[in-house]
Parts: sequence; structure tokens; C-alpha cells
Amino acid sequence: MNFWVIQGLNGLAFGSLLFILASGFSLIFGLMRIVNLSHGAYFMLGAYVGISAMAAGASFWTAILIGGVAIAVLGAVIERLILRRLTGQPLAQVLVTLGIAFIIADACVWIWTGDPRPVPMPRELAGAFRIHQLAFPIYRLFVIGVAFTLAAALWFLLERTRLGAMIRAGVDDLNMARAMGIRTSVLFPVVFCLGSALAGAGGVLAGPILSVYPGLDTDMLPLALVVVILGGVGSLLGAFIGSLIIGFIYSYGQALFPDLAYMILFLPMVLVLTLRPTGLFGRQAI
Amino acid sequence: MGTDALVISGLNAFYGDSHVLHDVSFTVKQGQVLGLLGRNGAGKTTCISAIVGLVRAKTARLELFGQSIAGLSPEAISLNGIGLVPQGRRIFPSLTVIENLTVAARRGRAGQRSQWTLNDVYEAFPRLAERKQQLAGSLSGGEQQMLAISRALMTNPRLILFDEPSEGLAPQIVTEVAAVLRRLRESGLSIVLVEQNIRLALEIADDVVVLNTGYVAHTGGAEALRADGARIQQLLGIY
Repeated sequence: MNFWVIQGLNGLAFGSLLFILASGFSLIFGLMRIVNLSHGAYFMLGAYVGISAMAAGASFWTAILIGGVAIAVLGAVIERLILRRLTGQPLAQVLVTLGIAFIIADACVWIWTGDPRPVPMPRELAGAFRIHQLAFPIYRLFVIGVAFTLAAALWFLLERTRLGAMIRAGVDDLNMARAMGIRTSVLFPVVFCLGSALAGAGGVLAGPILSVYPGLDTDMLPLALVVVILGGVGSLLGAFIGSLIIGFIYSYGQALFPDLAYMILFLPMVLVLTLRPTGLFGRQAI
Repeated sequence: MGTDALVISGLNAFYGDSHVLHDVSFTVKQGQVLGLLGRNGAGKTTCISAIVGLVRAKTARLELFGQSIAGLSPEAISLNGIGLVPQGRRIFPSLTVIENLTVAARRGRAGQRSQWTLNDVYEAFPRLAERKQQLAGSLSGGEQQMLAISRALMTNPRLILFDEPSEGLAPQIVTEVAAVLRRLRESGLSIVLVEQNIRLALEIADDVVVLNTGYVAHTGGAEALRADGARIQQLLGIY
């Protein structure tokens, strides 16, 4: 019994981290039609920036902010200087993001060396939450809370503001949105920066759970991809449900069938792609 | 008056290697309806897409009320005052009716005769008001067409392009769409109307351009063509 509850909470916590990463990835994919293969690298770079900020004396909370802002700025520069020049050439855009991912990964090894870095937990969230014989790290409960709050905030942005309606209109039919005068030169930077900021801040937030190491980027990117394919491109609800499903599969799979962990993760993706290419909540096929 | 609403001259468009529009030229007079006719595949929709900037095209001249819009992005062309009611309606299905209208909404230019607001649209199409919180994708075909028209009006355009507004609609709804077109013409809006329904187009249009396999086959007044059944038969082959 304890096993199921603890692994369930672990799955929820991991799914929460995935949601922070995948929500932006999904919006960028859905609106700009770019599979941003540097999204995992943004996550890792954000974590490293956070570590350096803390080493320089910043608090954990300030480090999250710095990680998010730094990656948002990087995203803005990449969107404006590189991706926009390649408008209408999706393959070139995807390849460019792959190249950027490699460059970031190499730069991280160069700056922060190849040794894994632990990320200290904020002192106020250290320790465990106990109920009966169950003990669960408070920090993970906090991460779950952050993800649900973020989901609510993104829902409000997308469903209750005019900007959000414009973004959804662009996801539905980009050419028609443009023909109605909705400016992609406004929407694209907003969505790309938002997604980048979430990846960067998410990397710092994930630090105390996953720690930071070379290869964190390529560990996380496929998971974000699975989440988006499962949930549906450009759908916030899809990213949310998809993240939780993958979080649970990851957690229980690692515990029950450690040898098959990857198969269990990617089998749902293969099934969804064959049986329902739009994902659970999406409108566009991949 | 004086300037024409839209002047196109020497429009050439390509899909990959195939040349789909050849030196298409025509003029839409201010406050009038130009019917753009032709058989399937004649290039009508490509022509509309080229005007709104969704298809890259080479033009000698593309002017909206005397101002060149050649080479501008679709959003810039829309902001210059061209509204589009696209083929297949293409409303935003996952947005509600009211969201479809508000994402497009903006004020027209200073001194423009009619200004469309949400209330005006609801007054013109009461059924949209009843369904304003409904997802647009769940509307019937006729309601989606009303929404597509309303969405274009919310941008307060100076020229509005209708690409087959009667396509796939029940006869009663077609009558309704025709009434809307007449009302818009009376309000002084300049209109380009692409139609397969030739009877409808000839009833509403002032001038007519007929495309045939990417070339302009005929330009003239709608009234003259209406009276000349043999010419219609020759140009369009079905009537």
C-alpha cells in the first residue's frame, strides 16, 4: 500500500516537472509549428544558471527567477535572430534548434564541467511530510503545488484573455489568424519567450530532485516530446494530462519493471501516433 | 471617390513549378461588387490568396485605395483594410463564437462610413448572439458561414473578399447570405465575390471577371453578361 502511494506521489511530482517543461514546448509546437529540440537544453542551462546564481549568493527563489529570465532572453534572441529568418522552412528550423541544443550542451560542459552538480534544497522546504507511516519529501509536494498553480495561470492566460484567444486562434489556423490581422511578430516572441522561461525556471526547480548533469537535456527532451504527442500539440489540457500520465508511468515503471522503463514510456507514444495522431486533446496531427 | 478600391495588374502566381495565374488584371470600383467567376480550378481561390498575401505572387501592381500592398505580410494587408471570408469558412473551431469575433476585432480607419461592433454583428445575425458561448466548431455550416462573415466585418475592412460563401449551404441559407451581401453593398463596402453559383453572382455583382485556367477570359458588366446566355455558356459551361 505504502509503495503505491509513495510511487504515486513521486509520479505526480515528476509529472509536475514534465508539465512545466512540456507546456511551453507544446505551445511553441502548436503555434509556430517548430519542434524546438533545444527545449531540453534550455531546461539544463536554466538549472546551471541557477546553480551559479546560488553560488554567487542568491537565494533559491531568486535563482529560479534568474534561471527563467536568462533563458527567456536567450529564447528571445534565438527567435528574433535565427528562427524568424527561417519562417516557412520548418525542417531548417528544427535542425537549427538541434544544432543550438548541441552548442548549449557543449558550452555547459565547458563552463560547469562534466561532473554532476547537486542543487541545494531551500531550507524551508527540506524534510519530510509525515502521515501515519508515510513520509514524503515536502519539496516534492511543493513542486506539485507549483505545477498546479502554473496550470491554472496558463489556463487563465489562454482561456480568459484576448492574447490567449489569439494564441489559440493561431494554433487552430495560423494562416487565417494572420489574414484577420493577428500579428505573428507579436505572438511568436511572446510564446517562445514564455516557453523558454518556463523551461529555464523549471530546470532550477527540478534541480533538488534530479540534480544537474551533462545529459539532463537529452533525458528530458524525449519525455517532453512523448507528453506532447500523447496529449496533443498546442493543447494545455493535453500537456497537463499527458505529463501526469507519463509521470505515473515513469515512476511505477522504474519501480516495477526497471528493465523495461523506456519501452513502457514510448509504447503509449507509438500507440497514440498510430491510433490517434492528433493526441488525446489535440486538433492537428503531428 | 476617384481612386479604385483594388487594382490588380499583371498578377502571376505559382505552386511549385506550375504557373497557376497568368497576368491576371482587374479593378474593383469603390462601393461596387466584382464577381470573380470561373470553373473549378480556374485559379479563383489562388487569386484571393494572392491578394491577401497567403500565396507569394509576382504583381506589376497591387493597390488598395491607391496604396501599394504588394509583398506585404497577410497581417499587414489585413491591417490595411482587406477582410476575408475564406473558402470553407475556416472559423477557429476551438474558440467560442464570441472569441472568434473579438480576436479579429479592431476599429476601422478614421472617417470610415460604417463601423462594425459586436452588437452590430449580433443584431445582423441574432443566431450568433444566441450561441455566443458555444464553440465555433460545433455550429452548423450556415452558422459557421455567418460567423466567418461577421469575423471579417469585425476587422472593419474597406474591401471584403468572399470566397464561395454559398458553398455547401442549404438553399434557404444561401438566400440569407445573398441578403447579407446586398446589405453590405448598400452600406458602401467594396466587395470581391467568388462564386460557383453563377446565378447568385450575376444577381449581386456590378462587374464580372471570368477566369479560365489561370487567364482572364472575360471582363465586363454583370448586366450585359446576364442577358447573354450564350456567352455564359461559352465561358462557364454550366448554367
